[in-house]
Amino acid sequence: MALLQIAEPGMSPEPHKHRLAVGIDLGTTNSLVATVRNGIAVCLPDESGRTMLPSAVRYRSDGSLEVGRAALEAQAVDPRNTIVSVKRFMGRGLKDVAHIEAMPYDFEDSPGMVRLRTVQGVKSPVEVSAEILRRLRERAEASLGGPLVGAVITVPAYFDDAQRQATKDAARLAGIDVLRLLNEPTAAAVAYGLDNAAEGVYAVYDLGGGTFDLSILKLSRGVFEVLSTNGDAALGGDDFDHRLFCWILDKARISPPSLEDARRLQMKAREAKELLTACEQAPVHVRLASGEEVDLVVSRDEFAEMTQPLVQKTLGPVRKALRDAGLAPDEVKGVVMVGGATRMPHIQRAVARYFGQEPLTNLDPDKVVALGAAMQANVLAGNRAAEDDWLLLDVIPLSLGLETMGGLVEKVIPRNSTLPSARAQEFTTFKDGQTAMAFHVVQGERELVADCRSLARFELRGIPPMVAGAARIRVSFQVDADGLLSVSAREMSSGVEASVLVKPSYGLSDEEIAGMLRSGVEHAGEDMRARALREQQVEAERVIEATEHALDKDGGLLAVHERDAILTAIVNLRALLAGDDHRAIKASIDALARATDDFAARRMDNSIRTALAGHKVDELEL
Amino acid sequence: MSIDLTQDFFALFGLPRRFKLDETALEQAWHGLQAQVHPDRHAHLSDLEKRLSMQWATRVNEGFRTLRKPLARAQYLLELAGVDTALETNTAMSPAFLMEQMEWREAVEEAGAAAEISELEDLHRRLLAHAREVRAQLAQQLDDDHDFEGAADTVRRLMFIDKLQQEIDEALIALEN
Repeated sequence: MALLQIAEPGMSPEPHKHRLAVGIDLGTTNSLVATVRNGIAVCLPDESGRTMLPSAVRYRSDGSLEVGRAALEAQAVDPRNTIVSVKRFMGRGLKDVAHIEAMPYDFEDSPGMVRLRTVQGVKSPVEVSAEILRRLRERAEASLGGPLVGAVITVPAYFDDAQRQATKDAARLAGIDVLRLLNEPTAAAVAYGLDNAAEGVYAVYDLGGGTFDLSILKLSRGVFEVLSTNGDAALGGDDFDHRLFCWILDKARISPPSLEDARRLQMKAREAKELLTACEQAPVHVRLASGEEVDLVVSRDEFAEMTQPLVQKTLGPVRKALRDAGLAPDEVKGVVMVGGATRMPHIQRAVARYFGQEPLTNLDPDKVVALGAAMQANVLAGNRAAEDDWLLLDVIPLSLGLETMGGLVEKVIPRNSTLPSARAQEFTTFKDGQTAMAFHVVQGERELVADCRSLARFELRGIPPMVAGAARIRVSFQVDADGLLSVSAREMSSGVEASVLVKPSYGLSDEEIAGMLRSGVEHAGEDMRARALREQQVEAERVIEATEHALDKDGGLLAVHERDAILTAIVNLRALLAGDDHRAIKASIDALARATDDFAARRMDNSIRTALAGHKVDELEL
Repeated sequence: MSIDLTQDFFALFGLPRRFKLDETALEQAWHGLQAQVHPDRHAHLSDLEKRLSMQWATRVNEGFRTLRKPLARAQYLLELAGVDTALETNTAMSPAFLMEQMEWREAVEEAGAAAEISELEDLHRRLLAHAREVRAQLAQQLDDDHDFEGAADTVRRLMFIDKLQQEIDEALIALEN
């Protein structure tokens, strides 16, 4: 296909080729997919015109699946196999999940992450999430007319490493190339900030279905700098439903309800909560399996009173985030409200009271995260337009550290460090002749290891025997732009090294993912080879375009023979594009990458020099 | 390519190697550099470019973190000047300073134990004013007198103050909870 393109000399072919990229808000209650079309971010609807996909997956006994609304509707009749709010289980062990006793699932506590026994076997929350993501990917590809280059997936800012990794694994399982994991409040700030040309310090109050985030951002001349973030990864609209559900059980003297009745009552509780946003009171009318009728009325005041402790609970993170940013409430210029739960009037009142100003509600709290993610995906995919010269500087939400003697935590990277971030710490042996050292990587703010989240354990072996205290072991932490950690340890005198990608103890192993990918593909009846070919073709076109663009811009950094080598590699790759051998294309992409390694390094040096020349700062201004 | 480690953070940010620093210029230089090297600017490029970009962006963030806070900046300047501040071992502070520190600390502990939020906040304010004076002295020593040995001593005093401020913050947090 690419071989047939004819370009006049001096004109680069397809100068503004648009790469298909989307932003996905993988929510506790609902999920959305959005893209930038003709410069405007839009949420993509399904065939019936709905943009919100309920985050519900039903595993049916005949081996088929229901995702979204159909699954949601089946939850009262098939609660055990219909998984809702799966986000609460991502990267979580059984003991970490609140209200687990009220959930109708058959849990299996496997190491690291809880799993669910369904009629189709044991499912990891990663697999369940992948079904939701796959559905959104298919929706986007059908709507945009081609395979996606990649997606930005949003996560709660307060998600820890294990939860982020689980989200990334789910995307991989769904056949999505993750361009970036983006924090939900940051995504919302981008959408709000760009739409309103906002400048100054803003707070984003994001109460989703199952998570709460509060981020403080400074917006200045196209730079979105997160100053601090705080939150509660297990507090959301679901908890408000749960309070109302308990209230109904109490008032109607039901104890304990059957699984089906519990689901019915939970659904009713949610409906009543939503009704109370607009009305002073809401009826709760349910017919139980026994034929018994529940007939109650709940008023807005009653609901506000029973959920007041939850509203108060959100103010703790607000205070902490402001303190970390070194700001007082009245120094915040505006408060952006995100998440469907922020529609509740008593939440808006509490926020208004705390900040001394009415919160900003001139955007759709359900869609703003997906829209912001789409804007970022568009830029990351390389569709940057002249007016897209904005930059995100995000932070790590929770401190990362190592266990030291006595079960204490030594912090290595403090919370609210700007990403990407790296730090190293030196340790030494405490016994004569010690040849190995064990490391335990943890995340959290507490001083005791037992109160923090365990992320990984690894050992450095082969340390040459020395007297105690003589070895110098340098442990390096690197957190990338997705907020994911990798750790390495090195004995400085001998150079003995060990490293881990922080994964095994809370995420899934690569083998597990490979196995799931295989079964998933078989399940969907998809032609794996055709997909692999399509993916490699898209990747090849992307790499060729990026390289040609680089040659156009910085070709002067190359000697003639270097330039020729790169051009030859491009020609070779182009020649393979029309064929159907995805492996050959992959090999040729790798060859082109090798041919441009040096060029890439020189380009990076050059851009630093240009930045240092000082005139770039002004060009950055919007 | 490896990162040019011979280049110090002041050079990286295009700023004069001084303790007194134009914070706006530092922030603008930080934004300007990140606009070039941040991984978001290289997400659509090759794996190598992504890796380089992460290394550079990490380095730039480290530089910003080092230069922004007066204490870290002073320590860094001393490091560049080849003065070992020997922060862990050399605690030979003047008796007068140590006495003063003890008095501060006792005041913090007493206010904390008595749950005196306003007293703690007052201590915090007084300590901030004190830190400003110490920083002014540091600027004199580092920028004007080039008295690095003296500056190392002042840095240690600033560290005590920093630590004390953290203790006040923690006491305040404990009281709020």
